[in-house]
Amino acid sequence: MDRQLLIFATVCYLAAVIRTVISFRARIFRRSRFVFLAIALGFVLQTAFLSVRGHALGSCPITNLLEVLVFLAWSIALIYLLIGTAYRLSLMGAFTAPLVVLQLAAWLLPIDTPRAFPIAPNPWLEFHASISIIAYGAFALACVAGAMYLVQERQLKTHQLRSIFYHLPPLPNLFSAMTRLLWFGFILYSAGLISGFFVGEPLPWTKIALAIAIWILYGAILQGRYLGWMAPRRIATLCVVAFAVALSLLWSIEFVGHRV
Amino acid sequence: MNFFCFGLNHRTAPIEVRERFAGHARSPVVLRHLGCSEVLLLTTCNRVEIYAAAEANIANEEIAESLRIDDGPSSKNYLEAFYRKENAECARHLFRVAAGLDSMVVGETEILGQAKRAYADALASGNAGPLLHRLCQRAFRAAKQVRSKTQITRGPVSVGSVAVDLAEKIFGDLRGRKVLVLGAGETSTKTLRALASRGVSDLRVSNRTPARAEELAHELEGIAVPFATWLEQCREIDILISSTAAETHLLTPPLLVPILRDRADRPLFIIDIAVPRDVAPEVNEFDGVYLYDIDSLREIASESHELRRQQMAAAEAIIDEHVADFEKHLGLSQSGTRPTKECPTRVSGELRASEL
Repeated sequence: MDRQLLIFATVCYLAAVIRTVISFRARIFRRSRFVFLAIALGFVLQTAFLSVRGHALGSCPITNLLEVLVFLAWSIALIYLLIGTAYRLSLMGAFTAPLVVLQLAAWLLPIDTPRAFPIAPNPWLEFHASISIIAYGAFALACVAGAMYLVQERQLKTHQLRSIFYHLPPLPNLFSAMTRLLWFGFILYSAGLISGFFVGEPLPWTKIALAIAIWILYGAILQGRYLGWMAPRRIATLCVVAFAVALSLLWSIEFVGHRV
Repeated sequence: MNFFCFGLNHRTAPIEVRERFAGHARSPVVLRHLGCSEVLLLTTCNRVEIYAAAEANIANEEIAESLRIDDGPSSKNYLEAFYRKENAECARHLFRVAAGLDSMVVGETEILGQAKRAYADALASGNAGPLLHRLCQRAFRAAKQVRSKTQITRGPVSVGSVAVDLAEKIFGDLRGRKVLVLGAGETSTKTLRALASRGVSDLRVSNRTPARAEELAHELEGIAVPFATWLEQCREIDILISSTAAETHLLTPPLLVPILRDRADRPLFIIDIAVPRDVAPEVNEFDGVYLYDIDSLREIASESHELRRQQMAAAEAIIDEHVADFEKHLGLSQSGTRPTKECPTRVSGELRASEL
């Protein structure tokens, strides 16, 4: 039952991606209510999946890599639905949907394995894990805003204005959204990191080191932005690179966590 | 009852002829006397057209004469400049006009507003009846559909509008932005006006001839700055429009480096309209500097033209659908089901309800 919900959610996001691709090919690219609704429906189905899984587990459903990826995709969709509407960045959906599909398609992989040993309920652990993943969602959206910034900036620099140029927001708007998402993610991630020390279980040093490395990486980007060390384009590039690094480290954390 | 369109436009007549037959407030009255039951006069800088319904056939010369505003030569000499379209062809013509497909700049949207105003005037003066009401409402609907379903209005088509679009993507809101015009020329002045229309209020003009700078600054409600200080001005401004007659580059990377250091991350948009160019192309390599020369701007405008041209087929297909649908309705009305004695108050009510 829960896997079916996940499959339907993936179909919804995939529909948003297909619609976007068709628009690109037809060179008629405009803000689409269809994309927004498809993402919203996918989000509802994802929420249902997490709810069903959570009830079955009796805890927050982030006990294996599939659940972590689904929870991350859910966070991204949630933040998109809030940020995309608030900052009139609805085009962000066109960029967000493929990212979510990639994560949801993880149900195709054999990673939905139940934990070998049951874990006693631990509210600090659940808070730590869930808040950290939501922070990842914000970083993912900062990455999306960064990618949009780079696309728009490249068009302006090379004078090659595609159809999407007229639909992408101005550079300052994208930069502002990117900065706010970075701050939002950084604050949540800091809270997640601090709460990790209250879990009451011994944590592997590699996990702590990787988590702190990600924190330092994003802290450095924000520092660079406020001290004026880096041009907006560089910050946009770093948002994309940092998320790729953070995502691979997230996998490492999970991997290391299971091994240790 | 037949309805028809009679008029001339930028393709069929030069401005000297169009201004002679520009139409006037009495034109519809004259046509009513000639036997038209409904009359609408559409006048813009590119066209003068009469849309009318009449039982009898009214001669072209009489209609042309009703549009004449001077006492010059008779309309007979100019009849070949006029076109006349009847019934379905008339509907097609109005739908195309309202959608901007018949405009000089294909896809321009101003014409829809002008058509709506012409209809409102006809209604207010009691010259529009149920037939024109249906025709116009259908035309407005077709125009909206063409605008929303195709990219016919997409992209800037003049150097000035390209500059404005680019500036808005670079800076977002243009209010409070500072512009310096270096040199003077028609294109740079037009570009500056286009930027001013979007809220740019700090306009600075610099010219080798101070009097020319003063004159232009006065004309544009800006300030004149000495030519010797233009490079210093670049520390403050957001947009530089350059169009001097200099034979070598005025702005080169070595000159710009110290300026960019002082600007922090503020972007600088440079529009180089001069030929030969005033700004070295390498300047575009700097972070936050966006350099466009006249060729790049024209290329973007021409791409927009091309895109609009490509959208013509899709737009014409929408128009075809509306014409066919309108013809179907007209068939019903000819068989007697159309309320020909429709109460004008009801028409006004419908008009208010529809989006003017």
